[in-house]
Amino acid sequence: MKLTGAEIFIECLKAEGVDTIFGYPGGAVLYLYDELYKSADSVRHILARHEQGAIHAAEGYAKSTDKPGVAIVTSGPGATNAVTGIADAYMDSVPLVVFTGQVPRPLIGNDAFQEVDIVGITRPCVKHNFLVTEVEKLAETIKKAFHIATTGRPGPVLVDIPKDLTIDTTEFVYPDSINMRSYQPTVKGNKKQIKKAVDLILEAKQPVIYSGGGVISSGASKQLTALARRLHYPITNTLMGLGAYPATDKQFLGMLGMHGTYEANQSMHNVDILIAIGSRFDDRVTGNIEKFCPNARIIHIDIDPASISKNVSVDVPIVGDVKEVLNAIEIELDSRDDNIPDQAALEKWWQQIAVWRSKECLKYDQANDKEIKAQYVVEKLWEVTKGDAYVSSDVGQHQMWAAQFYKFDKPNRWLNSGGLGTMGFGLPAAMGAQVAHPEATVTCITGDGSIQMCIQELATCMQEGLPLKIINLNNGFLGMVRQWQEFFYQKRYSSVRMEKQVNPDFVKLAEAYGHVGMRIEKPEDVEAALKEAFAMTDRLVFMDFITKQEANVYPMIPAGAGLNEMILV
Amino acid sequence: MRHVISILLENETGALSRVAGLFSARGYNIKSLTVAPTDDPSLSRMTLVTHGEPQIIEQIIKQLNKLIDVVKVMDLPQGSYIVREMLLLKVASSSTDDCALIKRISDIFRARIIDVKKRTYTIELTGRSDKLDSFIEAFECQTVLEVVRSGAMGIARGNIALHL
Ligand SMILES: Cc1ncc(C[n+]2csc(CCOP(=O)(O)OP(=O)(O)O)c2C)c(N)n1
Ligand SMILES: [Mg+2]
Repeated sequence: MKLTGAEIFIECLKAEGVDTIFGYPGGAVLYLYDELYKSADSVRHILARHEQGAIHAAEGYAKSTDKPGVAIVTSGPGATNAVTGIADAYMDSVPLVVFTGQVPRPLIGNDAFQEVDIVGITRPCVKHNFLVTEVEKLAETIKKAFHIATTGRPGPVLVDIPKDLTIDTTEFVYPDSINMRSYQPTVKGNKKQIKKAVDLILEAKQPVIYSGGGVISSGASKQLTALARRLHYPITNTLMGLGAYPATDKQFLGMLGMHGTYEANQSMHNVDILIAIGSRFDDRVTGNIEKFCPNARIIHIDIDPASISKNVSVDVPIVGDVKEVLNAIEIELDSRDDNIPDQAALEKWWQQIAVWRSKECLKYDQANDKEIKAQYVVEKLWEVTKGDAYVSSDVGQHQMWAAQFYKFDKPNRWLNSGGLGTMGFGLPAAMGAQVAHPEATVTCITGDGSIQMCIQELATCMQEGLPLKIINLNNGFLGMVRQWQEFFYQKRYSSVRMEKQVNPDFVKLAEAYGHVGMRIEKPEDVEAALKEAFAMTDRLVFMDFITKQEANVYPMIPAGAGLNEMILV
Repeated sequence: MRHVISILLENETGALSRVAGLFSARGYNIKSLTVAPTDDPSLSRMTLVTHGEPQIIEQIIKQLNKLIDVVKVMDLPQGSYIVREMLLLKVASSSTDDCALIKRISDIFRARIIDVKKRTYTIELTGRSDKLDSFIEAFECQTVLEVVRSGAMGIARGNIALHL
C-alpha cells in the first residue's frame, strides 16, 4: 500500500520505537502534525513554547535515558530557533534526530516565505544532516539519521523535509538495518594497544583515572567503577562525566578543571600514568596546555579518533567504545599473573592526595552568614533528595556549585550543558528528563539570569503536568560574568546587575504560569522549604532562593594558568 | 610541509561544502582543491593540497574521515606521488616579435597553443604546479590577460591506490 510522506514519517518513528517527540508546529510541517494528531496514542507530542526549548527537552530526554531525543520544528524561524539546541547537542555528543520542515521543493532557493537553508546553517554543528529530495528516500533517510545519531560518537542529525514531499506517496519499506560504506565507527579497541595500556597501567606509581561524558554515553559506569576499584586508583570526572563514578566513594577526587577540586587538579599535575577515558582534554579541563600533566604518560580511550591527540598528544591511544575497551582491559588484566600495581608507591600517592584533600578546597561558611550561600542550598538539596534526583543545571556560578556539591552516584542523572555552555538549557532539559521518568524526582538548579532564557517552558510544564522542582539561586547578578569582572576587570560590573528591582518577581511569575512559587531568604529556612517543596510531588514548585550576591566560585584556575596554580578561597 | 590529500566522497549535494566548511571552521589552510566525479558515478574524487605540521595533518585526516560523506582519505606518501595541474593562459600579442616569443616559450615548456586570435594567444600547459609558476613568470614582459589554473590533482606512485 502506498503511504504519503507524512504517514511514512510516523511509521518510521514507530519503527524506531519513538514514543515521545518534542516540537512546535508551523506551515511547513502541517501534514506531519496532522499525522501526529492521528497517531497521538503511539507518539506523544510535547508542545514546547520555543523551539530552543523543544531541542533542549529532547536533549534532557536523551541524556537521562539511553534513547535518542527526537524533535520536530517548522521551516525558517522554527528551524533557526532550534540551532542553539542543536549546537549544544553537538558539543555534548547528545544523540538527537531533529526534523525540520522545508518549503515546497519548487520554491527552494527562491527566498520563499519562511525559507532558510537550514542544512547549510547547521552543517558545522550537526553530526550529519539531510535534505530529503524524494519521498522514495524518506524512510531510508530517517533510518540513516537514527543510525548515525546513536552510533559511534553520538550527536545530532537533522532531517529537512520539504512540505510537498509530505503528501507525495510511495510504498513504505523501513530497512531493518543500514550499512553505510562511508560510516563505520570503530567499536572494538586494538588488541596490541590494549596490551600496551595494561603494561602502562601496571607500571603506575602516581596514577589518575580521568573520565568524561564518553563513559556515560557508552553506558560504561559499571566497567569504569570496577576498574578503578580493582586497581585502587584515584579517579576524577569531568563536568560531563559526573555520576559515571560514585561521587561519595573514597577514591573519587571530585571534578577537575577550572572549578575542580584542589586534590583533583594537583593529582593531575603530578600524575605519572594518566588514564583518560571518554574525555577530550577540553581547555576548561587542561588549563594552560603547555603546563598540563608535565610528567605523564597518557592512555586515551575514545570512540572518536579525532579526539585523540587533538589538544594533548598521547602515548597509548585506543579508539573504541569505552565499554568494549574497558571490558577488554579487564580481561587482559585477569589474564596476567602479575596484575597488581606497586602497592607501596600507591600508598604513598594516596598519602600525598590526603594532604591535598586536607586543604578542604570546597569549604564555605554558612553558620556565620545571615545570607544564604548557594553551596548550602545545593548541599541541602542533595540531602533532601537523598542524592537520587535527576538534576539539570543552567550555566554560570550555580552550575559549578551544582557540580561541586551535588554528589552524583549514578550516571545519566546530571543534565548539563558543558561544551556550549548554553544558558536556558536547564528548565527544558529537566522537562525532557521528567517526561522520560514521570515518577522520578527531577530538579533544575538555575540562576536568575539563565532561567529567563527559557522561562516560557513553565507553560509546557503546566500543560504536560511535569512536577519539576526549580531551584533558582538568585544572586541578582549574571554571577559568573560578574566574578570575572571582579577578578580581572577591577570590579567594573558591566551589564551584569539584575537586582530585585530589575528581576521579575519569580514567585508571582511561577504563579502566573499556574505553579507554586516560594521565596526563601534566610539560611535557617532552606531545609524546611526544600522539604516542603519536594513533598509536593504532583506539581511544579519554583523556589526562589535569595542568595549572597557577590559570592565567588572557588577554587579557580585563572585563564592561562596550569592545574597546579589554583586560586583557593 | 606540503601534503596532498586524496579523498573519495559520496557524490551527494553538499558533500563538497562539508569538506570546504571543515577547513574554514577549523582554520586549516587549503592551497588548492579540485573535485570531479569518478568512473563510479556515486563517488567523487577530490585532491586537496594543504600545509601543516604533522599534528595538524593528522587532525585534518581524522576530521575528514569523520565527515559522513567521506568514504576514504589518503595522505599521498611523501616523495612518492605525482601531482599535475593544468593551466590556461591568455596573453596579448601586438607584434610579430611577440608571436615568436610566445611560441618559443611555449615550446620550451612543451605547452600547446590552443587558440589564436588577432591579438591574443591562449596556451594550455599541464605539469607540476611549480612548472606552471615558472611558465607564467616567463611571460613577465608580455601582457598576461588571463590565468586559469585547475588546482592540483594527485595520485600515488606504484601500486598504492585509493579505491573502495
Ligand atoms: C546563551 C548564553 N549567553 C551568554 C552566556 C555567558 N554567560 C555565562 S554565565 C553567565 C551568567 C549567568 O547568570 P545566572 O544564570 O544568573 O547564573 P549565576 O552565574 O549568577 O549563578 C553568562 C551571561 C552564556 N553562557 N550563554
Ligand atoms: Mg545569577
